[in-house]
Amino acid sequence: MKHLMSGNEAIARGVYEAGALVCSAYPGTPSTEIFEDLPQYSSELYCEWAPNEKVATEVAYGASIAGARSFTAMKHVGLNVASDPVYTAAYNGVRGGFVIVSADDPSMHSSQNEQDNRWVAKHAKIACIEPSDSQECKDFAKAAFEISERFDMPVLLRTTTRVSHSKSLVEFGEREEHMPEDYKKDAGKFMCTPANAYKNHPKVEKNLAALAEYGNSCALNKVEMGDGKLGVITAGISYEYAKDAFPEGTSFLKLGLTYPLPMKLIRDFAAKVEKLYVIEELDPFMEEQIKAAGVDCVGKELVSPMYELNPQLLKEQVFGEKPVTVDVGVKAVSRPPALCPGCPHRGFFYTMSKHKDYVVAGDIGCYTLGGSAPLSASDTCVCMGGGFSVAAGLAKAFAASGQKKTVFGVVGDSTFFHSGMTGAVEILYNNADVIPVVLDNHITGMTGHQDNPGSGYNLRGEVAAEVKIEDVLRAYGFRDVIIVDPQDLKAMQKAVDDALASNERAAIVCRRPCLLIKRIKHDKGLCVVDTDKCIGCKSCLRVGCPAVMVKNKKAFIDPNQCVGCTVCAQVCPKGAISRKES
Amino acid sequence: MESKSVLLVGVGGQGAILTAKILVNGLISAGYDVKMSEVHGMSQRGGSVSTQVHFGKKVNSPVIGLGAADILVAFEKMEAVRYSPYLKPDGIAVINDYAMESSTTAAGLAVYPEGCVEAMQEHFTCHVLNAQAIAASLGNVKCMNVVLFGSMVKALGMTDIDWEAVIAETVPPKFRELNLKAYRAGYDAV
Repeated sequence: MKHLMSGNEAIARGVYEAGALVCSAYPGTPSTEIFEDLPQYSSELYCEWAPNEKVATEVAYGASIAGARSFTAMKHVGLNVASDPVYTAAYNGVRGGFVIVSADDPSMHSSQNEQDNRWVAKHAKIACIEPSDSQECKDFAKAAFEISERFDMPVLLRTTTRVSHSKSLVEFGEREEHMPEDYKKDAGKFMCTPANAYKNHPKVEKNLAALAEYGNSCALNKVEMGDGKLGVITAGISYEYAKDAFPEGTSFLKLGLTYPLPMKLIRDFAAKVEKLYVIEELDPFMEEQIKAAGVDCVGKELVSPMYELNPQLLKEQVFGEKPVTVDVGVKAVSRPPALCPGCPHRGFFYTMSKHKDYVVAGDIGCYTLGGSAPLSASDTCVCMGGGFSVAAGLAKAFAASGQKKTVFGVVGDSTFFHSGMTGAVEILYNNADVIPVVLDNHITGMTGHQDNPGSGYNLRGEVAAEVKIEDVLRAYGFRDVIIVDPQDLKAMQKAVDDALASNERAAIVCRRPCLLIKRIKHDKGLCVVDTDKCIGCKSCLRVGCPAVMVKNKKAFIDPNQCVGCTVCAQVCPKGAISRKES
Repeated sequence: MESKSVLLVGVGGQGAILTAKILVNGLISAGYDVKMSEVHGMSQRGGSVSTQVHFGKKVNSPVIGLGAADILVAFEKMEAVRYSPYLKPDGIAVINDYAMESSTTAAGLAVYPEGCVEAMQEHFTCHVLNAQAIAASLGNVKCMNVVLFGSMVKALGMTDIDWEAVIAETVPPKFRELNLKAYRAGYDAV
């Protein structure tokens, strides 16, 4: 029987079937569901959310050193965080198979860039494997563990959003058992001292060369010969697009192992076709290497290096066939994502938005949306954990140039544990004139509600040690940690004023749980407008709530969306909005 | 048969993914090869969302580009307009005659366009219904997605699959009766 599964669910199944024992990750779209799917196999494998991708990679690699098949997964920018242990694990090699998923996000559906992480495999000198559909996600995950052990290297299993989040049919296999042998110390292999690294490098090159040779005959790479006129070398989701876009009779060399490239196989294929295309999303990763090997082919001369592809785009870019579309003559206006009605972050960002001299360094999470209109209350968003340290740099530059600004650094609870903590230490240690603010909604929100070290639960849903953000800040040396409910606008402003006036090093923790957390009973209600009192001043629109709008020149609150948080009522100058208990 | 593409569009939280799931479960039971693509993450916070279902004897790409969808199912009328360039000129649209303000129109930063449904009707074969009102009359606006699904089944002419059985298997037991009623109401509405 076949099962309809997303690529992510299929990878989780593949990890289970491969006999993995230790799995650790930090959530990040489009990779998150892999680990959300692993706890169902908890009786046979250990899985966890780690505080960040670097920690997760180190945990998994430690397990590999102990001989266990081990696994981690992250979004493409997560691999930037994890790269330190990855590059050294490449030199040391592995004991148990060690597989790392990088889920890349072409078109940036939910990301800050569209970096192509196949380069990381080449740079780190490790294998890169790319599945095209869910069946391959499962099968290639298993193959990745075998390759990792056979060629003594970590393996990068690279997906893209459309592979991770598309569903197709998958046939299951049985779990293989790979119990580690009794642990034996091997410091020469796993201690990355300069002397050992010097000895390990030739081994890395030798293993890569052997893997390249293996690629010429391995089952991950396959040839589908057509009539010999057009030939396409492709991999991952691009294979599916090219199959739909190229005419009947086209020959395909579909690569599953995309680093190192099987050059002999590529040359043989090239010799059998009249015209050769290399079709790949994002960078000319394969194309540059194929051209450097002296094989004539066409790629990025025609195919865009930006954004996702699809069959119609390929037809247009390769064959000049423009899609036939209809212009209905009406234009849709943009519908950007917004903070949900009742979102606890709203009160903080509304407070920030009222002060033009405040500079707010934001971060990655639902609260990135505090930078969107009409709140428009963030100046920067760079990366996970950057909220505190970018703020420190801004403050230093303002001080050095004599500009009077009030600087806030903002991170969420999950981001605080991910990489915000070191930024908080920076603010103290180097005496940066910054108020650090943690927006604690007690969950990792944007990726779809994963637990974190502050939430009190772990990936498997068990009660876990709840690390208190205020305890961490106080232990660092923030003597004045102000905890406030951001939904109470007066209290929120007072917290900011108190922090700025404090004689001690001050920090703010805005604490209110996300309304979407299911295990909490939330106090929901409904706000209504007294249209006799409403003067149509639109002050309530400035809180940026999707439930609040203007109808017939008066405020209107959509009862289907409102949850009764009262932030709009608190900003109404005429007291025209009140909460009805439901 | 030629493969067919269904594009379901709406606003995050309207239930397009469940609708696609019912469709896909039915197609699989009928022996089709199916691929489905969803968007997760940031776009779910009240943003514009799309889900695609591609089915046939054997299908490759889970997603389509411009001018390639056979059916457009719009859970919200401005979203019908937004995604209309993806519909084949001879494609069919099923449209929920229901407007949801976007954060920009609610804040008065943009104006919600007039005449979305009429513009679609002028250019495509359309099946228009107020699925929101039908769902409300059944006692739960949340079953709006299954109302639309019923209309889509009729518009597609895909009556050789026992959709009521598929719905009964796909939705949680306590919502079974409600969703079956919603399906029938949607089927009868177009």
